[in-house]
Amino acid sequence: MRKHLTALILSLSLLGTATLAQPTGDLGLVVERADGSLLVIDQSDRASIGRITGLGDLSHASLVYSPDQRFAYVFGRDGGLTKVDILEQSIVNRVMQAGNSIGGAISDDGRYVAVSNYEPGGVRVFDAETLDLVADIPTDSKTVGLVDVPGTRFVFSLWDAGETWIADMSEATPEITKVTGMGSNPYDALVTSDGRTYIAGLFGEDHLTALDLWQDDPKPMPILDGYSAGREGLPVYKMPHLEGWALAGTDFVLPAVGQHEVLWVDARSLTQTGRTETHGQPIFAMARPDGRQVWVNFAHPLNDTIQVIDSLSKEVIHQFTPGPGVLHMEFTPRGHEVWLSVRDANKVMVYDTQTFQKLREIDALSPSGIFFTNRAHKTGL
Amino acid sequence: MNKALIFTCCASASFAAEPQPDAEALEHLVRHDCGSCHGMTLKGGLGPDIRAKALHGYDPETLGLVIKDGIPGTAMPPWRPLLTQSEIDWVVDYLLTGGE
Repeated sequence: MRKHLTALILSLSLLGTATLAQPTGDLGLVVERADGSLLVIDQSDRASIGRITGLGDLSHASLVYSPDQRFAYVFGRDGGLTKVDILEQSIVNRVMQAGNSIGGAISDDGRYVAVSNYEPGGVRVFDAETLDLVADIPTDSKTVGLVDVPGTRFVFSLWDAGETWIADMSEATPEITKVTGMGSNPYDALVTSDGRTYIAGLFGEDHLTALDLWQDDPKPMPILDGYSAGREGLPVYKMPHLEGWALAGTDFVLPAVGQHEVLWVDARSLTQTGRTETHGQPIFAMARPDGRQVWVNFAHPLNDTIQVIDSLSKEVIHQFTPGPGVLHMEFTPRGHEVWLSVRDANKVMVYDTQTFQKLREIDALSPSGIFFTNRAHKTGL
Repeated sequence: MNKALIFTCCASASFAAEPQPDAEALEHLVRHDCGSCHGMTLKGGLGPDIRAKALHGYDPETLGLVIKDGIPGTAMPPWRPLLTQSEIDWVVDYLLTGGE
């Protein structure tokens, strides 16, 4: 007994505080966009376990995780960059780094956090530990589609200029490679999990543009050229999102702009392999982590619906209406569940991806993005 | 079915056969759906700042046409398929008066 007690006291003193012993692998954060707060969630318990407040304007906010999955860096619309501790459920540091920002990324080594800005444009890079400014990269353009790639590099695109820039942060001074001729008005981009293929979606063109980042001098490659040729473009009430989870088996699945369909592209040849008509204009087309299914949500005013597409047949196999304003989906790391933000129902809903049964509803205030901590170990997220 | 229709018509007769705009739903639309591009606080994003001081000087009719027909060649879509004229008028007034 005495021996056990000694061991206990010893281990407690080594740990310092009890919270340090708590693992974070199945935790996550939900952005509560209207209230400037984050809900801390636990995947295994399918529950919220706390709330972090005071993060400013979180409309269209996103976040990334530190390599140890303890800290999140939250990119607010108001230009705020906030570092939060998900164990202590508190704000560690917060800087107002610009007037209007849209997203960010963390470098592969966890040292740098980069933020993509609309106003004044450009990208700013911060020390992940202190949030001190490390590099300012002005672009004279709104920047979008910022991702991390191996080699302590960030890649992003310029909405106004139609360029993609690669910023290498491995030396003291960032080295910038500019790729021109990407096309008109890139609105978002994705990078594959191997960091090789960067695909920019274009608002002003009838194609997307890919880059092979393994090349020393990447050249823009149009893909899906003329995907809506001969068809009238429908009004776009919300820009689609492109993210690195688009690979379903051997194909990318990408949302079409101005059409009610998703497009399939062979991941090696980048040629079109099919199209699937959808309920509305897709916003997110997300492959389940195993790639077997693709889940799709839609733009206003058809945003109460989800469709599930089979990756082999490319056919819709399930459709349902979780509720008003389904903004975001997040799969558990191995894809057995999907969590949905249903903004106007003020709920996060949890579904089984095999049976499509609803497993749980969790109260949340105008929820939008859902981010599980396993993103910490993924390139491009 | 017929009874409900007659009731609706009578109730909205004073608004030229269009139902009175649902202020709460429209404010939600402006903040969240227009906010996709213009930001939830309307200070701008991919689309420009549309707060009252930024729109000062624009006449309501022009703003109404921009909302109704969009701006070709830009990301501003036409809202004609989704909003009635009285709803567009409400949104214009909401934007110009700073949401008060």
